[in-house]
Amino acid sequence: MPLETVRTEAGRAPAATTRTEARERAARNRRLGVHAARAGVLAAFLGLWEVCARADVIDPFNFSQPSRIWDQIWQWVSHGTAQGPLGEQIGYTLYEALSGWVIGVTGGVLLGIALGRVRFLADVFGPYIKVLNAIPRIVLAPIFLIWFGLGPASKVASAVVLVFFPVFFNAFQGAREVDRNLVANARILGADNRRVTLQVVIPAATTWIFTSLHVSFGFALIGAIVGEYIGATKGLGLLVAAAQGTFNAAGVYAAMTILAVVALLTEGLLTFAEKKLFRWKPADAGDGR
Amino acid sequence: MTDTPAIELTGATKRFRTPSGALHTAVRDLDLTVAQGEFVAVVGPTGCGKSTTLTLVSGLEEPTEGEVRVYGEPVRGIDPKVGFVFQQDAVFPWRTVLSNVMAGPRFRGVPTAEARERARDWLGRVGLAAFEDRYPHQLSGGMRKRVALAQTFVNDPSILLMDEPFSALDVQTRALMSDQLLELWAGTGSSVVFVTHDLDEAIALADRVVVMTAGPATVKEVFTVDLPRPRTVEAVRLEPRFVELYREIWASLGEEVRITRERGAGRAA
Ligand SMILES: Nc1ncnc2c1ncn2[C@@H]1O[C@H](COP(=O)(O)OP(=O)(O)OP(=O)(O)O)[C@@H](O)[C@H]1O
Ligand SMILES: [Mg+2]
Repeated sequence: MPLETVRTEAGRAPAATTRTEARERAARNRRLGVHAARAGVLAAFLGLWEVCARADVIDPFNFSQPSRIWDQIWQWVSHGTAQGPLGEQIGYTLYEALSGWVIGVTGGVLLGIALGRVRFLADVFGPYIKVLNAIPRIVLAPIFLIWFGLGPASKVASAVVLVFFPVFFNAFQGAREVDRNLVANARILGADNRRVTLQVVIPAATTWIFTSLHVSFGFALIGAIVGEYIGATKGLGLLVAAAQGTFNAAGVYAAMTILAVVALLTEGLLTFAEKKLFRWKPADAGDGR
Repeated sequence: MTDTPAIELTGATKRFRTPSGALHTAVRDLDLTVAQGEFVAVVGPTGCGKSTTLTLVSGLEEPTEGEVRVYGEPVRGIDPKVGFVFQQDAVFPWRTVLSNVMAGPRFRGVPTAEARERARDWLGRVGLAAFEDRYPHQLSGGMRKRVALAQTFVNDPSILLMDEPFSALDVQTRALMSDQLLELWAGTGSSVVFVTHDLDEAIALADRVVVMTAGPATVKEVFTVDLPRPRTVEAVRLEPRFVELYREIWASLGEEVRITRERGAGRAA
C-alpha cells in the first residue's frame, strides 16, 4: 500500500509540472500569435497601399505611399526640415503641449476640487463654466494667435483651453462623489476641513482625475498642433502646413506618423506613472488587456 | 467621577428630507442618559434609527429638535473626546493598514514617530501586526473591521460610539474582541454606546440594554444588567440571570421586530 501511494505521487508530480509548463507555453504562444498577427495587419496594410500606389490604382500625388513617407522622414532626420532640425520641431510641439497640459491640468484640478468642495462657489460659477464649455474651443485658436502672436504662447493657450474642461469636470465629479463615510470617519478622527480636502477628497478624486489625464494629453497635442498649423515659426504643425502648401502629401503623412509616435510614447509614460500611484487599488480584471 | 452624565439626549428628534421631498422621521423624542464610565448597549429592529442616534451624539448630524449634551455641554460640531466605529467600511483605501491607524493621531498633531509607535501597539492588540504594510483591499472583511477598531481606539476616546462593530467578525474573533473591549473599557473608564443586533453580546457587555421601538426610534424599555464584573463573554452566558434577562429583552424586542416586519410587508404589498 505505501509503495503504491509513493508511486502514484511520484507519477503525479511530473505530470503537474508539465501541465503548468504546458499552460505557460500556450499563453506564450498566444501572446506571440497576437503580436505576429498585429505585425501582419500593419505589413499587409502598408504593402497594399504601396502596391496600389505603384500600380496607379490610387493617385500617389494625393495619397502618397509608404516608401515616400519613409524617405521623407529619413530626409528630415538626416538633413533637417526647411524650418530647422526635426528634433527642434518635435521639441517645440512637445514643449507647447506639455506646458499647456500642465497649466490646464493644474487649473482644472484646483478649480474642480474647490468647486466640488465649496457649494457656494459651485452655485456661482457653475453656469459660466457650462457656457464656456459649450463653445467649440478649437475656434479660439485663431483668436489666441491674434492675442499672443506667432510664438509658443498662443499654442500653449489653445492647449490649455482644450485640457482644462475635461480635467475640471472630472475633478469636480470626483470631489463631489467622495464616499461620505470616509469623510465622516476622517472628521471623527480629528481632521479639519483642510485635512479632509487634502487627505480624503484629493486621494479619492485621483482616480477620476487620472482617467481625464490620459484623454487630456491628447487634447494638449491637438491644441498645440492646430495652433502651429494656423500660424507659427516652429513645430510639427508647421511641418504639416508647409508640406501641404508645397503639395507634398508625403510630408503631411510623415509629420502625422511622427506625431503618433510621440503621442504613444507619452501615453506609455502616463500609464507607468498611474501604476506607481495606484498601488492601493485592487488590480481589476479588465486591466490585463 | 462627577455626576454630569457623559451623554444626555433630551427630546431628540431627527428628520431627513427624502429624495421625493417628504420628511422622514428617523428618531422621535428620544431621551437617553449615559453616565460616565457606563456601558450601554442599544438594540432595536433594523432601520429604526440606531445609527442616526449615534450620529447625533457624535456631532456629525444636528438634531432637528431637542438637545444632545456631552459632559453637560451641548454638542456643537465634532468633539475630540468622541470615537466612532462605523457600521460601514470607513478605512481609507489609499492608506496602508499602519497609516490608517496613524491617521487619527496625525490629524490631531501627534508627531509621526509617536503616532507610529501608538499605531503599532494597537495593531498588535487587534492581531494585525504582521499586516501593517497591506492595503485595505488586500485584507478580509473582518481584518478591515479590526483596522477600524484600532483606528478608533488609538485616539483614546472617552466616549466610544460603536455601530455593530463586530458584526463582520467570525464567532471566535468576536468573543475575543468582546473580552478585549471589556478589558479596555475597564481600564479607561470611557462611556460606551454599543449598537448591536446580537442580544448575547448586548447582555454580556453592557450595564444597561436599551430596547428601541420600531422606527422612528424612541426608547421603549431599559434593562439593567445586574451581572457581576469582571465578566468574560463565554462564562457569563451560562449564568441563570443571563438567561432570564435574555428572555425578557427578547420578548420586548420581538414585538418591535414584528411591527417593523409587518410594516415592510404592508409597504411591499
Ligand atoms: N441621510 C439620510 N437621509 C434620509 N433618510 C435617512 C438617512 N439616514 C438614515 N435615514 C433613514 O432613517 C432611518 C433610520 O436609519 P438608521 O441608519 O439610523 O437605522 P439603523 O437602526 O441603524 O438600522 P440598521 O440596524 O439596519 O443599521 C431609516 O429608515 C433610513 O432610511
Ligand atoms: Mg445602523
